[in-house]
Amino acid sequence: MTRIDAKFAELKAQNRKAFVSYVMAGDPDFDASLELVKGLPAAGVDIIELGLPFTDPMADGPAIQLAGQRALEGGMTLDRTLELATEFRKTDDTTPIVMMGYYNPIYSRGVDLFLTQAKAAGIDGLIIVDLPPEEDDELCIPAQAAGLNFIRLATPTTDVKRLPKVLQNTSGFVYYVSITGITGAAEAQGADVAPEVARMKQSTDLPIIVGFGVKTPEKSREIAGIADGTVVGSAIVQKIAEGKPTDEILAFVKSLADGAHAA
Amino acid sequence: MADDLFNSFMNGPDEKGRFGKFGGRFVSETLMPLILELEEQYERAKTDDSFWAEMHDLWTHYVGRPSPLYFAERLTEHLGGAKIYLKRDELNHTGAHKINNVLGQIILARRMGKTRIIAETGAGQHGVATATVCAKFGLKCVVYMGAHDVERQAPNVFRMRLLGAEVIPVTSGRGTLKDAMNDALRDWVTNVRDTFYCIGTVAGPHPYPAMVRDFQAIIGKETKEQLHAAEGRLPDTIIAAIGGGSNAMGLFYPFLDDTSVNIIGVEAGGKGVNEKMEHCASLTGGRPGVLHGNRTYLLQDDDGQILEGFSISAGLDYPGIGPEHSWLHDIGRAQYVSITDKEALEAFQLSCSTEGIIPALEPSHALAHVMKIAPDLPKDHLLVMNMCGRGDKDIFTVARHLGFDMSGPEGRVFE
Repeated sequence: MTRIDAKFAELKAQNRKAFVSYVMAGDPDFDASLELVKGLPAAGVDIIELGLPFTDPMADGPAIQLAGQRALEGGMTLDRTLELATEFRKTDDTTPIVMMGYYNPIYSRGVDLFLTQAKAAGIDGLIIVDLPPEEDDELCIPAQAAGLNFIRLATPTTDVKRLPKVLQNTSGFVYYVSITGITGAAEAQGADVAPEVARMKQSTDLPIIVGFGVKTPEKSREIAGIADGTVVGSAIVQKIAEGKPTDEILAFVKSLADGAHAA
Repeated sequence: MADDLFNSFMNGPDEKGRFGKFGGRFVSETLMPLILELEEQYERAKTDDSFWAEMHDLWTHYVGRPSPLYFAERLTEHLGGAKIYLKRDELNHTGAHKINNVLGQIILARRMGKTRIIAETGAGQHGVATATVCAKFGLKCVVYMGAHDVERQAPNVFRMRLLGAEVIPVTSGRGTLKDAMNDALRDWVTNVRDTFYCIGTVAGPHPYPAMVRDFQAIIGKETKEQLHAAEGRLPDTIIAAIGGGSNAMGLFYPFLDDTSVNIIGVEAGGKGVNEKMEHCASLTGGRPGVLHGNRTYLLQDDDGQILEGFSISAGLDYPGIGPEHSWLHDIGRAQYVSITDKEALEAFQLSCSTEGIIPALEPSHALAHVMKIAPDLPKDHLLVMNMCGRGDKDIFTVARHLGFDMSGPEGRVFE
């Protein structure tokens, strides 16, 4: 059982929805980023998604693109990202960390070495945007064997025929992408999302978390109410871009978390 | 070497879209169903005579195919060795080989009921070809072009706009061709229902590398027939320039199983292939990685972050290369070399002065390699080079490098 599985068991027992937050590792620099990540659990974050910076984030909108550029310019690397997770684990051994990013930095490192290092750093799961089920042999299957969850994205274009393939090697939870588009673009619509979540529930017992296009506490509550929880990324990252102090960012995160937990 | 029952180099890709370990389908889930649908539709069209009849009709009457295979007599004399033929794809409508592929994809898009076409472009040749065919068929066309390229390729931007295309300057990342491709993919993820992504080279997720190759293979098929008519035999060496590698793959593919034919791809060496990475030679200066939907050789740092290429030629300015080239490189069926900006500029001028052909900077790289090897080859050695584009678009760049000021009414040579 990973920390992710344990967290969902705990939430289920409490009859609570999950609030998941995304931040880019090393944005705007290592120390500020670590300070923020350390503050997330107290702000109500149930699962931390930690972005691995990449030069070519094809599925991300401007907010997260720029976050990645800031991190890279600040000297962020795969090693430093793992180091950030390691530092966080010294203060928190229960909040799950999911690393989210693109395949090339991992492929470049070597899959086996990466998995050993990620596990040692206290990473619990991976979301790798450019690895669909068709490429499961690359990282998904080795990651599961190494005891990490591999969390798959399902999208509005994932039709009935394809859904079983998407769910097949998924573990931890399913991340439903509420819109066709990039992160931080259009607003998620509960009326569109609800039937899709219901459809997926017929095929899986895994928790379904909905993200992309959730920016406010009200939306966080609405979307979390439809699913098992919600993710916010770009809206938080935008606060970092604006140079807001850590306290203020954490207060915003808390308002989003409270929204989800009120659902 | 070839890993199939029939010992052929022409059977790739496999069902996973791989050429050996290269290629594949590294895209987000949102795009995956679209790519599978495209593959299904392409497989159907490929064996449909009416599809190819439409292609050949347009190639003949709209593009001007077959392009000539021309014996470059004075160039041959000048270099004093191999007998040099130029495949004249620069004479195509819109001035380059790009339109061969665009026609195929747009006919397919129409069959699939798509009404909006998106494309990425570097120098603007693929963008112009896409805008042209969209105008011909009355389709909405959106072209993503790096902001930096929009600035340095103003004539092509104006051409695209004249043709009714919307040109979107890309400022994400560093505003180059790879960023334009990122933004085109972001557009496609957003507009999944009505939009067809017309990729300009033999890269991207499966089935693009194979599909674009098949559309460009007309270059090699014609060359084979034309040289047979002229000389009664196969060429000894074929040479083409490579950015993503579509003109090269088009020339090479029909010759892959003719193992007597020596195949050479020429990459852009920029200021020289060295540790400063001021070049675009993915094969000679990069290593395998995953970007834009495929595994292939890439320019990248030790941490797997993608690096910017550098070349005088905007059309070769891409940090990757088509996956089939990566495979041909690894198994040794084709040889890949690099040529610097300086060498390409010399070849550009030689083509002008000996043959009266103003070449694009891209094939100037191929010609520069011809200049290196032809003098030492015997006179009966048949060498074919793909003259894949004309140089009208490049005269401003070349003028600047040669110190010629074109800003005034008469021009002047710098002191």
